[in-house]
Amino acid sequence: MQASSNISQLDPRAAKATSVTAEDEHDNSVEPQALTITAASSNPKMFTLPWHQPLATWPKDLLANLPRGISRHVVRFVHVGDDVYAMKEITRQMAEREYEILRRVQKLELPAVTPIAVVTGRHDRNGDPLEAILVTKHLKFSLPYRALFARNLRPDTAERLIDALAVLMVRLHLSGFYWGDVSLSNVLFLRDADAFSAWLVDAETGDLQVNLTEGQREYDIDLARTNIIGELMDLASGQLLPGEVDEIEVGNRLVDRYHSLWSALTDTDKFRPDEMWKIEKRVDKLNELGFDVDELEMKTAEDGKRVLVRPRVVDAGYASRKLLRLTGLDVQENQARRLLNDLDAYRASTWREGEELEIVATDWMREVFEPTVRMIPREYRSQIEPAQFFHEVLTHRWYLAEQAGHDVPMAEAVKSYIRSVLPNYKLDKKDIDALLEEADAGVIDDEFSYNDPDDDGYDPDDDPDAAVWSH
Amino acid sequence: MAEVVFDHVTRIYPGNDKPSVDDLNLNIKDGEFLVLVGPSGCGKSTTLRMLAGLEEVNKGSIRIGDKDVTTMQPKDRDIAMVFQNYALYPHMTVADNMGFALKIAGTPKEEIRKRVEEAAKILDLTEYLDRKPKALSGGQRQRVAMGRAIVRKPKVFLMDEPLSNLDAKLRVQTRTQIAALQRQLGVTTLYVTHDQTEALTMGDRIAVIKLGILQQVGAPTELYDRPANVFVAGFIGSPSMNLNTHPVVNGKAKIGEDTIELPTEAVKKLTAEDNNQIVVGFRPEDADLAPANDPNAFSLKVINVEDLGSDGYIYGNIITDGSAAETAQVMSDQNKLTTVRVNPRVLPKVGDTVKIKIDPSKMHLFAPSTELRLN
Repeated sequence: MQASSNISQLDPRAAKATSVTAEDEHDNSVEPQALTITAASSNPKMFTLPWHQPLATWPKDLLANLPRGISRHVVRFVHVGDDVYAMKEITRQMAEREYEILRRVQKLELPAVTPIAVVTGRHDRNGDPLEAILVTKHLKFSLPYRALFARNLRPDTAERLIDALAVLMVRLHLSGFYWGDVSLSNVLFLRDADAFSAWLVDAETGDLQVNLTEGQREYDIDLARTNIIGELMDLASGQLLPGEVDEIEVGNRLVDRYHSLWSALTDTDKFRPDEMWKIEKRVDKLNELGFDVDELEMKTAEDGKRVLVRPRVVDAGYASRKLLRLTGLDVQENQARRLLNDLDAYRASTWREGEELEIVATDWMREVFEPTVRMIPREYRSQIEPAQFFHEVLTHRWYLAEQAGHDVPMAEAVKSYIRSVLPNYKLDKKDIDALLEEADAGVIDDEFSYNDPDDDGYDPDDDPDAAVWSH
Repeated sequence: MAEVVFDHVTRIYPGNDKPSVDDLNLNIKDGEFLVLVGPSGCGKSTTLRMLAGLEEVNKGSIRIGDKDVTTMQPKDRDIAMVFQNYALYPHMTVADNMGFALKIAGTPKEEIRKRVEEAAKILDLTEYLDRKPKALSGGQRQRVAMGRAIVRKPKVFLMDEPLSNLDAKLRVQTRTQIAALQRQLGVTTLYVTHDQTEALTMGDRIAVIKLGILQQVGAPTELYDRPANVFVAGFIGSPSMNLNTHPVVNGKAKIGEDTIELPTEAVKKLTAEDNNQIVVGFRPEDADLAPANDPNAFSLKVINVEDLGSDGYIYGNIITDGSAAETAQVMSDQNKLTTVRVNPRVLPKVGDTVKIKIDPSKMHLFAPSTELRLN
């Protein structure tokens, strides 16, 4: 299977994204004899890692104790200098293929993990070959869905995750990415104000095309529904899902959400020529959904009495781009919206509505945003994004004010928030260990990961299965 | 259970002039395991995806059983894409891991249990049904994933390079398992791979495809023994067939200073376009060392030898007289050396020149102009 069909027809950014092309295994595509690292980063520490050891046996002091999702392959988070990388041990073809496709997806500015390297030609000390490793950058502040359910959460968490996944699927599909394996496990979530944003983390079965067929989109949706329901049923089996959640209903929500978003972004509207204001309304609605409209297609219907309008190019991140322009802050869409609202409120409360927004924004950063986020205690700095902290403090402040019946100063709100809400963010070691054990329960291709039921030293070589299959 | 029919099916990707799959006619019989094999970009995955409903069909139609599915949505086709990275759920028992999709579909509990137990029996998982994945070995986990597809009892299994994400050890093991399992279940299966060894060892029949055009369909031995054209001859078999073009002089193939006899009926089929040349193919095991004075053998300069204990291999260059027509043009994709399997006890030395005689009943002859089989 090729990673991208018709590469020459893809968006040039995607077409030129990488020198790596996954090939079928044949005579002229042999495994390199010596360790080979094809990297998109020049972190020299990469060469000092114990590549000659199976990933499952890497020394603990190299590993970052972060929660992992369920995978069929061995995955570890590894400290490499100041970075944390996710390493996945898979066959060379799969590693190259996924690296290639993630590079292309990244160039299209889609929310996906950043590929760092493919490491091939690994051998152990006896000279026996080891599988390749795909290296991606750990998405800071992100969590797998299971980690979110390991804590006491709002009862609507499942729904908010589904909404984020629907947005991700629509964005990927609009860009021609067929996923082939949509599930909560193959996504990482970032908090985004009161919502979540979803990031593609597993592209093993993905394919980038010029356009997707309806069959491909429908297959992705159907598979997503089945997998989500399965994943939620699993949480329910482990008593991790609030009792009132109906797994099938949540799965169906994905289908509905996807379709309504897809049609908002792609449907053709019909207007009478004197109803052109409706175009503006359509664009406003798309902005509300977080999408910018780059191109609109307008044509007259055959009867000559109606105008047909359809968005041709839409880009996600309407609010986040605006905030980035004003403040240099690169945050999630809903966080950006919240920060922009606070910026507006600041402008109104300081009587500066006539002034240019860029100048007001600089002052807001210095006087409001930065002093607040500087108060994040050190031990939480790797757990919560500054923009999310700011958003949650604003919400907390609002509740405090409602209780007190008057405004509460920001500094006081921050202190109260740190004391009463922030501790919920901490995953303790016990939770993480439980998650890691769960994550390894599905690994199928690594003998170090099996907990043999009879503890007789499982060896795939003398697996009794072979005998079972032969009769 | 169902037959699958591709009836004059063509797929042209938008913006392309050439079809990725061109006028494909292919029947997969009820219960058959058909392997679609070909090099990268040959249209094999496109074919599978058209059957799955993931690619549009531009011309022709596809039937599953008596239903025309050409424009049907994937989920309505009653097919199962096996092994699309099924995840195992850690809190669910093996039985629930296998049966949850039926639960979603609203299948009654007793029916689910019945189907799960049937599948578990076939997969040898019965005693593990109430355990969690954590307590299983890798092979057992893999089989639970297979169970998920089996319990659905689809009309057709589709497998697109299902072994590509497994390490070499697990790959060989799973290959045997899939083939055995398919035979027990008797579900019509389309299996796509680039690996001709997988094709030869697994399929009831193999369909070879190249550049969107079906080359040959047949049982593994049929393709191996009587390849229909030069491409199939070079693609099927490992090590691959030796294929060279030689001049035809007085009804014999001229190989360097030597000549070898050709069957008259094959030579008769050559046309003016063939320019008095013929493609001679033979498998490494269908030739042997011959005495120096054998009139029906050719000379080979030995470049390398391999002693594998049970077999010996000679790799060498055919000695030619250097004339233009004789620049031994290698048509298979193996390296340019001619390979011959011999008794390892009589291996020649590197640098020797030896005589090689091809078993006349195992010679494969093709017309250079059409690349089609002559004998």
